[in-house]
Amino acid sequence: MIPPDTESKEQTVSTADQPAGQQASVSQPTPAGDERAQGGHSIICKDLNAYYGQFHSIKGIDFVCPANEVTALIGPSGSGKSTVVRCINRMHEEIPGARAEGSVKLDDLDVYGAGVDVTSVRRLIGMVFQKPNPFPTMSIFDNVAAGLRLTGTRSDNLRERVHRALRAVGLWGEVKNRLNAPGIGLSGGQQQRLCIARTVAVEPEVILMDEPCSALDPVATLKIEELIDELKERYTIVIVTHNMQQAARVANSTAFMLDGELIEHAPTNDIFTNPKDERTERYVTGKFG
Amino acid sequence: MEAHATTVVSGGRSVLDRSPLGRLPDQVLKFGLAGVAAGVLVLLAGFLAVLISESSSAFGNIGVFHFLFRNNWDTSQLQQGAACATGSHCTFGAWPMVVGTLATSAIALIIGVPIAVATALFLTELCPRRARGPLSIVVDLLAAVPSVVYGLWGFIVLAPKLRGVQQWLANTFSFLPFWGGQVAGPSYFLAGLVLAIMILPIVSAISREVIATVPPENKEAALALGATRWEMIRMAVIPYARPGITGGAMLGLGRAVGETIAVAYVIGGSTTLGHSIFQQGQSLAGVIALQFGEAQSTPLYKSTLFAAGLILFVITLLVNLVARRYVVRAGRGKRVGGGDAAPGIAEAEPEPSPA
Amino acid sequence: MSALQLVSARRRRTDQVMRGVLGVATLIALVPLALILFYLLSKGIGAIKSGFFSSDPNLSQCFPHVPGAPPPPPCNIGGIRSAILGTVEIVGLATVIAVPLGIIVALWLTEYGKESPLANIVRYFVDVMTGVPSIVFGLFVYTLLVVSHVGGDAVGWKGALAVALLMLPIVIRSAEVVLLLVPSSLREAALALGSPRWRVVTRVVLPTAGPGLITGSLLAIARGAGETAPLLFTIGAAHVLTGNLGQPMNSLPTQIFSDLGQNTSAFVDRAWGAALTLVAMILLLNLIARAISRRSRLA
Repeated sequence: MIPPDTESKEQTVSTADQPAGQQASVSQPTPAGDERAQGGHSIICKDLNAYYGQFHSIKGIDFVCPANEVTALIGPSGSGKSTVVRCINRMHEEIPGARAEGSVKLDDLDVYGAGVDVTSVRRLIGMVFQKPNPFPTMSIFDNVAAGLRLTGTRSDNLRERVHRALRAVGLWGEVKNRLNAPGIGLSGGQQQRLCIARTVAVEPEVILMDEPCSALDPVATLKIEELIDELKERYTIVIVTHNMQQAARVANSTAFMLDGELIEHAPTNDIFTNPKDERTERYVTGKFG
Repeated sequence: MEAHATTVVSGGRSVLDRSPLGRLPDQVLKFGLAGVAAGVLVLLAGFLAVLISESSSAFGNIGVFHFLFRNNWDTSQLQQGAACATGSHCTFGAWPMVVGTLATSAIALIIGVPIAVATALFLTELCPRRARGPLSIVVDLLAAVPSVVYGLWGFIVLAPKLRGVQQWLANTFSFLPFWGGQVAGPSYFLAGLVLAIMILPIVSAISREVIATVPPENKEAALALGATRWEMIRMAVIPYARPGITGGAMLGLGRAVGETIAVAYVIGGSTTLGHSIFQQGQSLAGVIALQFGEAQSTPLYKSTLFAAGLILFVITLLVNLVARRYVVRAGRGKRVGGGDAAPGIAEAEPEPSPA
Repeated sequence: MSALQLVSARRRRTDQVMRGVLGVATLIALVPLALILFYLLSKGIGAIKSGFFSSDPNLSQCFPHVPGAPPPPPCNIGGIRSAILGTVEIVGLATVIAVPLGIIVALWLTEYGKESPLANIVRYFVDVMTGVPSIVFGLFVYTLLVVSHVGGDAVGWKGALAVALLMLPIVIRSAEVVLLLVPSSLREAALALGSPRWRVVTRVVLPTAGPGLITGSLLAIARGAGETAPLLFTIGAAHVLTGNLGQPMNSLPTQIFSDLGQNTSAFVDRAWGAALTLVAMILLLNLIARAISRRSRLA
């Protein structure tokens, strides 16, 4: 149910302009024998099914998130939006009894392929959660550095990358004098930006966001939406939101889900002004949801 | 307009008034129960009072400092009450027993806490769900074994069987301080080992509870950053759980310090201070248990045993007071009927008092 | 497309090693229990000869066999009947004292005291009391009752009192947890109907919490049954069978302790048999407690 437009867009994206610094960002050794695609990175889900025990939650969807774009997932509660996104970075299987089937390709790597290391997948596909969750026992600096320390990044390189990440999320000015203060001492909006900084510090290729602003006030929400707009220069972003206005503000294309099925996926403008499916139309006009 | 009178029942009393007699059971209950509850505080004060009064003779004649730090449990001096009463020729002191208690408890912590915490981590983070319940029950079952059975098993089975191992350890690492020597079987080390086994269920159960309170969103955040399972535990679980686990370890310490029966024979029962942890010794609690009978006839002797008991009581009191600040009891601070107090706490009663 | 390996071999190895370490530690934690049960069963069953449960310990001497010397006369030191009866009676009396008292205190804490300063202090010190060395309870009762010759010297009921003191904080703690689980909506409904608080407690709270209270009490009883130190100086060193708590009594834990001190094989064998009996009783109480709690609505 993907309009042909989106597919051709996905084709063209690999030759689109390469954001500066994209190549320099991978400071860990490139995986042997595997060329990570230069330039943008896309996500293509094919026939994705997800289960919670016996409950069939995602019913064979095909979903494409083009490179360096913001793709939004909207839909009523329980439609499976969060589940889809958690399937992309294989967090879904952390829930006891949950499993997923199908293929999710990060460029040409199927993250569900045989022999694929889950931990590495999560390194490439970062996630920002609904409730800001900085590590409570760590300082602001240590929070951002947490992912970098896992790969043994050396300390001068570490400091530089932490500062860079804090600048990228617009938090630098507010915290530069108290990097050793506890991360949970920040306001809600600041904490969420801290979590985003933590995510971008490890230079993923895709960033997944599961309702990142639902716990925040409007001012903080706006700051984060502006941030998303900047981040898409360097990352591909998939955002789940229950707020249609937010999708309209930030997303290049929007997908509507209902009861585990992907009903329609179109450029954001089209979804809201000229939806093709009747169910989409009823949802975006507020007749249910 | 007719004013609405309060509804009147027979006898001219409104249903809104309860008769003073009707209120009586509640008042009686409220104050009566409060009295009983406050009685708990009175009891604890009573223990302290009794111990202080009974040990006053010993402390008075021998002096607190000397009692604690002199290395000479020569009870014959106490028989001739005069020598110690005047304090002139008295060299009596309980230092061997103080060391015995501290050394065995330290060994118990060093051996027992890491294993207990490792078990707790395994059971909460790594163990397949199905096995978690049964395995937890089995680990907790160690707490159901009475101390006297630990003493029996430790003295009859473990002491002879581990003599060779202890001797090997003593010989191989003899360059370490307080190491080496001839091993007879019972020893400080063996008592510490038995104590480690006894505190395992407490420390493990408390650690398990504490680890279960780690916010799952922090664990998810760690995994989403590309952490391996162990790295997630190291990043998100251990730092958060550390204070609670420390509290649990302190409760284990309190248990080890006060343990009497299991230690009494396994430690060897020698009232002279050993030079190595593989030699025999005695603990404060053990000496009370084993010598109380013969001390009956000599008031000063009996008083020294009470003094040992007082020291024990004070140590465990302090340890428990501090530990309780770290270990928030599940169910504490939850409102009545909250229903989210951890179930099965009545089953996993993890803090038996030392025997 | 080749495999994705962003996680270095070192990290992978550390992960596997640490997971193994945690698993091995858990196995190590299970070994002592297995060993204890093994020896209890093998040595304990061997000790249960005829007359073990039907005769009392007597004062026979048993001489160890000295190699080279003529074998010592066979000795029959008797069984553990009086010890079993003693434990049952002492623990029974301790239960009758500690359980109602403990539940009463817990009731006050949850229904009346709640979060008041006094209640918080009481809670704190009840917790602290669970950490008191059990020998202190024995010394306490000894000083107050035995020395003063109130109602005789060292006799059964005084030991029971010491055990009751030990059980009290345990009963209070577990009862409070159970009472907190009773949904407040039940209480509120009854109060809204105009029922006085004491009736809400007796008619609503206690019945709902009943199975949980029983479970907690059974576990406290299991603890009390295994304690030796409170009894050492308070029940007297008796061997004869007596049902009278006003007399010196025997008990399983003290019997085991004294047999252990003899260190001759006949006595040690009896100690194993008594230990097996004691552990069986305790395990039985634990099993019953678990069975009840499983059927309870609250647990």
